[in-house]
Amino acid sequence: MTWIKKPQVDYPGLAKNALGLTRRDYEGTVSTLCAGCGHDSVTAAVVQACWELALAPHRLAKMSGIGCSSKTPAYFVSGAHGLNGVHGRMPSLATGAAAANRAMQIIGVSGDGDSLSIGLGQFCHAMRRNVNMLYLIENNGVYGLTKGQFSASADVGSKAKRGEINMQPPIDPVLTALAQGASFVARSFSGDKAQLVPLIKAGLSHQGFALIDVLSPCVTFNDHEDSTKSYAYTRQYYHPAVHTDFVPPAEEIRARYDEGEAMSVDLHDGSRIVLRKAGEGYDPTDRDAAFVRIRERMRAGEWLTGLLYVNTEREDMHGLNHSIPEPLVSLPHEALCPGAAALEQILARHR
Amino acid sequence: MPGAAQERLNEFTLKVANVNGTGSASANTLLMKSIFRMGVPVVGKNYFPSNIQGLPTWFEIRVSGQGYRARSGRVDLAVAMNPQTYAQDLAEVSPGGYLLYDSTWPRSHVLAREDVTVLGVPFAELCNGAFDGARTRILMKNMAYVGALAALLDLEMEVVEELAQATFGKKAGLVEANMKAIHLGYDYARERLEPLPFRIAQMDATGNAIMMDGNTAAALGCLYAGASVGAWYPITPSTSLMDAFRAYCARWRADPETSERRYCVVQAEDELAAIGIVLGAGWAGARAFTPTSGPGISLMSEFIGYGYFAEIPAVIFDVQRVGPSTGMPTRTQQCDILTCAYASHGDTRHPLLFPADPAECFEMAVAAFDLAERLQTPVFVLSDLDIGMNDWMVPPPTWDDSRRPDRGKVLTAAQLEQIGTFRRYDDVDGDGIPWRSLPGVHSRGAYFTRGSGHNAAGQYTEDAAEYREVVDRLRRKWATAATLVPAPVLQRAGRPTSVGLISIGSCDGAVQEAQDRLGTEGLRLDYLRIRAFPFNADVQAFLDSHERVLVVEQNRDAQLRTLLLSECSVDGRKVESILSYDGLPMSAEPLVAAVREHLRRGAAA
Repeated sequence: MTWIKKPQVDYPGLAKNALGLTRRDYEGTVSTLCAGCGHDSVTAAVVQACWELALAPHRLAKMSGIGCSSKTPAYFVSGAHGLNGVHGRMPSLATGAAAANRAMQIIGVSGDGDSLSIGLGQFCHAMRRNVNMLYLIENNGVYGLTKGQFSASADVGSKAKRGEINMQPPIDPVLTALAQGASFVARSFSGDKAQLVPLIKAGLSHQGFALIDVLSPCVTFNDHEDSTKSYAYTRQYYHPAVHTDFVPPAEEIRARYDEGEAMSVDLHDGSRIVLRKAGEGYDPTDRDAAFVRIRERMRAGEWLTGLLYVNTEREDMHGLNHSIPEPLVSLPHEALCPGAAALEQILARHR
Repeated sequence: MPGAAQERLNEFTLKVANVNGTGSASANTLLMKSIFRMGVPVVGKNYFPSNIQGLPTWFEIRVSGQGYRARSGRVDLAVAMNPQTYAQDLAEVSPGGYLLYDSTWPRSHVLAREDVTVLGVPFAELCNGAFDGARTRILMKNMAYVGALAALLDLEMEVVEELAQATFGKKAGLVEANMKAIHLGYDYARERLEPLPFRIAQMDATGNAIMMDGNTAAALGCLYAGASVGAWYPITPSTSLMDAFRAYCARWRADPETSERRYCVVQAEDELAAIGIVLGAGWAGARAFTPTSGPGISLMSEFIGYGYFAEIPAVIFDVQRVGPSTGMPTRTQQCDILTCAYASHGDTRHPLLFPADPAECFEMAVAAFDLAERLQTPVFVLSDLDIGMNDWMVPPPTWDDSRRPDRGKVLTAAQLEQIGTFRRYDDVDGDGIPWRSLPGVHSRGAYFTRGSGHNAAGQYTEDAAEYREVVDRLRRKWATAATLVPAPVLQRAGRPTSVGLISIGSCDGAVQEAQDRLGTEGLRLDYLRIRAFPFNADVQAFLDSHERVLVVEQNRDAQLRTLLLSECSVDGRKVESILSYDGLPMSAEPLVAAVREHLRRGAAA
C-alpha cells in the first residue's frame, strides 16, 4: 500500500461552508503515519480550519520538506496543489511560489528536524523576508523516519527510546522566531484542537509569516515517561497564555467579553482575532515581554501556548519589494517584455 | 621601415597595469571605446584580483583591424602605472615593443631591456600641479595616461571628448576636469615623444556592432524572455548579471507613477535557497532564474536533481571561473561542463547551452527559458568569466515584437475542466514530455509534486514498474531535448579534411584566428562549434566523418571530450585534446602550434 484515496461519501445533512463544500472536501488521502501520531490531529485541525474559512481548494498551496511531518500535506485538501521538496528547504520553495503568485494561500508543514537542523537557515530567512505563509512545525523532538535519533528541539535530560540522554540545549522555534522578528508566533499542542483551529485560521489570514509550533508527540519514539514531548508531559505542563478566537471578515463579534479581559487584533483581510486572557495578564503585541514570559515558563518546565506574539504592521515580502498587487504569474508577455523599440534605446549606450 | 609601420596600423595590443580601486576602469573603458568609435574593432580583457583595493590589476586592449576576438597573447605597449609590477610588466612586452611609465620618479635602471623602448611621462607631477586633493590626483593620473596614449596612438581627440562628455556629463565640472587631465598627458606626449610604429586610423570595420559584456547581455535576455522572479547569492563572476537585470527592471518593469514592480528579485541566504526560490517560482508558473558560478552549482546540486525528477522549469546561468574549490574567482575556465551535465545524485542529465560571446548570451538566455518550460526541467547557460565580464564587440541583439514565449505544455482551466482525470506524468504525446498544471488554476489539476518515487499520476510509489515507467519516459524526454536545443555551427574547410576540430563557447575566437593562420599554410580544418548538450545528430555525424578529431577546451581534464565519449558512439583513440587551463582567455598562437603538432604526429603515425 502506498497511496489510498479516501472514499467520498456525501450524504444529506453534512454541513456545508460558504462555497457549498463539506468538511470531507478538505480531506486528503489516508494517513500512513503511526496510529496515534500527533501529526494526524494537526492534519484534522488544518482540515477543520480550511473548511471553516471556506478556502477555495485550488487557491491553496501545500508545501513541505522531508520527514514524517512533511508527509502530512498529502492528507489534507486534495483539491490543492502540493509540493514535497528536499529536506529543510521548503522555505525557499515557498518563497519562490509566493514571489510568483501572491494570490495563493500557502501552508508550509515542517518538523523539528526539517526546520531546526538541516533547514534552520532557510526557516530564519523566510521569517526575515516575512513571506506570506502559514508555517506549521510539528514538533516531537525526534527523528521518526530514521528511527528515533534526537532532533535539535530535544530537551536537555530527555531520554531517547534506546536510553541515551540528550545533553545539548534545544533550539526553540518560538524563541528563534521572536528573535528573528517574525510577525506571528504561536505555540500549540496537537491534542488541543479547540486552541489549534482558531490559531490556524488566524495564521492563514495573517499577511506575513505566521509560525505555529505545534507540540506533536511521536507515539513510536518519543512518548515514553522520560520524554518532555510526550502526550502525558505536554498535557500536564501545558499552559495557555491567551485564548484565541478567530472572527472572519464581515462577521460581528458575538461573544461577550468582560472589560479588560479581551483584546482584538485586526488582520489585513478584514478578519479579526480576539485574544482572551487566560488567568494572568499577557500582551501578545509586546515582543520583549513575550520573550520574558516564555522563558519564565520554560524554566519551570512548562510550555506557554497560544498566540504569543503578533505584529500586523510589518510589511510582507511583496510589500517590501513594492510588487504590483496582481500575481506576477498573471502578467501577459507585453507587461514583461519592453519590445523592439526599447531595445534600440537600451543599446544606444553600448555603441 | 615604413612598410612595417603600415602593417601595424590598427593591429597591436596594449596592456595597462594599475592598482585596483584607483578608478582606472573608467579610464580604460574610455580608451577602448574611443578606438571602437573610430570604427576599429577592439578586444578588451580585464585581469583583476579578488580584492577591493590595493592589488595589481591589468586591462588589455587588443586593436584588431581584422576583427579577431581572442586574446592576442602579446604586448606591444605596456602602460606601467603600478610600480609593484614593473618587473613583470617589462618582462611581458614582446620584443621590439614599448613601455610607458610615470617618470615623475625616474626608474631607468629598473626598466632596462635592450629590445624594449621605455617612454616616460611624469603623470603624477603633471596632475599634482593641476589638481587638488589626493583622490582627485590619483583619478586624474589615469585620465592623463589616456591623453598620452591618444597622442602616441593617433586617437581622435574629438571622439575622446565626446565619450568623456557622455560618461561624465551628468556631474558638472567632471567633464572639464577629466578633459584637462587628458590634455595634460596629450600635450606632453605630443611635444616630447616620437610617434610609435603602430597606431590607430579611422576605419569602417565595426558596422552596427555594440560593445557589451555577456552578463549584461544575459540579463537583457532574461528581461526580454519575460523572467519575473530572480534569486541569487552574490558570487564572482556572475554578480553583475543580477545587477544588470535589476537595473533593467527598475527602468522597464516599474510603474512610472506608482513605482510598483512587475518583478521580484530575492537575494537569497545562500545558493541552496536561491535555486529553491527559482524552483518554487517555476512550479507556480513564473519564469525564474539564478546566476551563479561553480561553487554555487555544487551547493545547488541537490535541488537541481529535484527539478529534474519533479520536472520543474528553471534557468541557471553558470558564469564559470577557475576551480576546483574556491579556485581563482577572477580568472576564466570552462571547468563546470561535467558537473552541470550530470549535476545531482542518481541518474540525471541536464540541457546545457554554450554561448560563444555576449550576443549569444542574449539569444541563449531567451532560448533557455523556452527550453526550460518546453522540457519542464532546469536548463543551464554555461558562460564564463571571459564572456561574462569583458566587453566584447558583437552584433546587436534584435527583437521581433511578434515573438511569444514558448510556455510548453500547460493545461488551462478550460482544458482541465474537460479532462476526466489529470495524470501529471503521463506521456500523452509520445515525446516524453508530460502536461503540467499550475497551482491556482483549477482543483482538477491538483497533484503532489515530489522528489520521491512517483508514478505517472504523480502519486508516491515504491513499485518497481511504476518507477521505471517514469524514469524511462525521462530518457525519452532527453531524446526530444536533443532535437530542440541549438544546433552546432559547422564550418567546412573548403576541401575534405580527415582531421576535424571541435570546440565550445569562448574558445571560438582563438579557434577562428588559428584557423586563418593554419589556412595560410594550407592546414585549415573542418570545425564544429558545439552550442548545446544533449548533442544532436550533427555531432555524431561530425565524429563519424573524420578520422581524427581535436577537441579544444579550457579545462585540465578534457571535460567536453569526456562528455563526447560518454554520450556519442566514437572510438576514444581518435579523439584528442588541446587544452588551455591557466585561467587566461585562450589565444590563437599556442593553438596553432598544438594543431600543427597533432597533424605532424598524425602524419608520422
